[in-house]
Amino acid sequence: MPQLQFGDPLVLAQAVWMLVIFGVLYYVLRTYVLPPVGEVLEQRAARIASDLDAARQAKMTADNAMAELRAATAQARTEAQSAIASAVAQATAEAQSRADVLNARLAEQVAAAEARIAASRDAAMSTLRGVATETATALITKLVGRADAAAVDGAVGRALVARGELALGVGGAR
Amino acid sequence: MAAEGNTIDALSQFELGRALGPIGGSVNFSQSNLHMVIVAGLILALMTYGMRPRAVVPGRLQSLAESAYEFVMGLVTDQIGPEGRRFFPFVFTLFMFILFGNMLGLFPYAFTFTSHIAVTLGLSLMVFVLITVVALQLHGRKFFGYFFPEGAPLWLAPIIVPVEIISYLSRPISLSIRLFANMVAGHVMLKVFATFVVMLAGLGTAGPVLAVLPLAVNVALVGFEVLVAFLQAYVFAILTCIYLSDAVHLH
Repeated sequence: MPQLQFGDPLVLAQAVWMLVIFGVLYYVLRTYVLPPVGEVLEQRAARIASDLDAARQAKMTADNAMAELRAATAQARTEAQSAIASAVAQATAEAQSRADVLNARLAEQVAAAEARIAASRDAAMSTLRGVATETATALITKLVGRADAAAVDGAVGRALVARGELALGVGGAR
Repeated sequence: MAAEGNTIDALSQFELGRALGPIGGSVNFSQSNLHMVIVAGLILALMTYGMRPRAVVPGRLQSLAESAYEFVMGLVTDQIGPEGRRFFPFVFTLFMFILFGNMLGLFPYAFTFTSHIAVTLGLSLMVFVLITVVALQLHGRKFFGYFFPEGAPLWLAPIIVPVEIISYLSRPISLSIRLFANMVAGHVMLKVFATFVVMLAGLGTAGPVLAVLPLAVNVALVGFEVLVAFLQAYVFAILTCIYLSDAVHLH
């Protein structure tokens, strides 16, 4: 086995050279090569941590804004509802008062119209007897040649009383 | 190198020769040492060229360099704790040196310097000296209490103390022989099956067909050797960390 031939100077020499090479490699790695690697890793870790912090902060801000928005919305809603309620109440009151005024005027006009109707009916009724008597006299004269004014007048009076009661009753019912 | 006559020559691959011409020869610089220099160059190339971009989002080579760094850093801090960070450069150098040496040895025509007991013993003695010096530095005379656990009955001391001393002294032996034996066994196996391929292929008509079998075995063995190459570097590094942890904490 060549590894165990310690008589060969190369076997021990390679171990000595190994120590030299290993030592140089160790020194170079430790002094020049490994620190930058650690730095890069640390920088990355720091950057990730700061990014995470920033993200957390942004989330907090967003959450706060969201809560504010929600509160503002709720407040606006209650305000709007109270405004709507007051407007509705005011409009109702106004409509009521206007309707009252209108009703009063209408009632007044109805009353005036009824009065006018009653007056014109009374006037018509008062002229009715004369017209009826004249008409009856003219008819009877045409039929029999003569007319007893007193009898015609009495008959018209009786008939008018009978119908007048009826007419008055009907008029009263209207 | 391959089959000479009908013999299997599995050991000539471990023979040392002088390298770098007459200058290297005059200082006994072997091809084994040349491979160590190549390994050192590869490690330095990976860690400097790979880390050159210093990117926040690493590329492939930078990822490799960083994962090597973080792997060893994890090893050191897990085993020793935060105070183990000062040993990180040493463990990193050790791990990368052995890993790259094992891996480089798997290439054809390459020499596996970790298959030499002188090299592995040198590495493990380095570890042994380090752990002893660290333990003496940190704990002074209390370090010798390590060989006799507190609370053990005093009459057991004649048994416990020699056992503890032997187990402590056998650390570099087991460390070096484990790596050496693994690498030698793996390369001997590869060589033996490779010789089978050549010998069978020369056996006439049926030979080349039969030679496929040892070839298939060799393909599987190469994959297995890659695993062993990593595993042995890992074992060497983690045992170094455990020994360093013992030295730092004296349990």
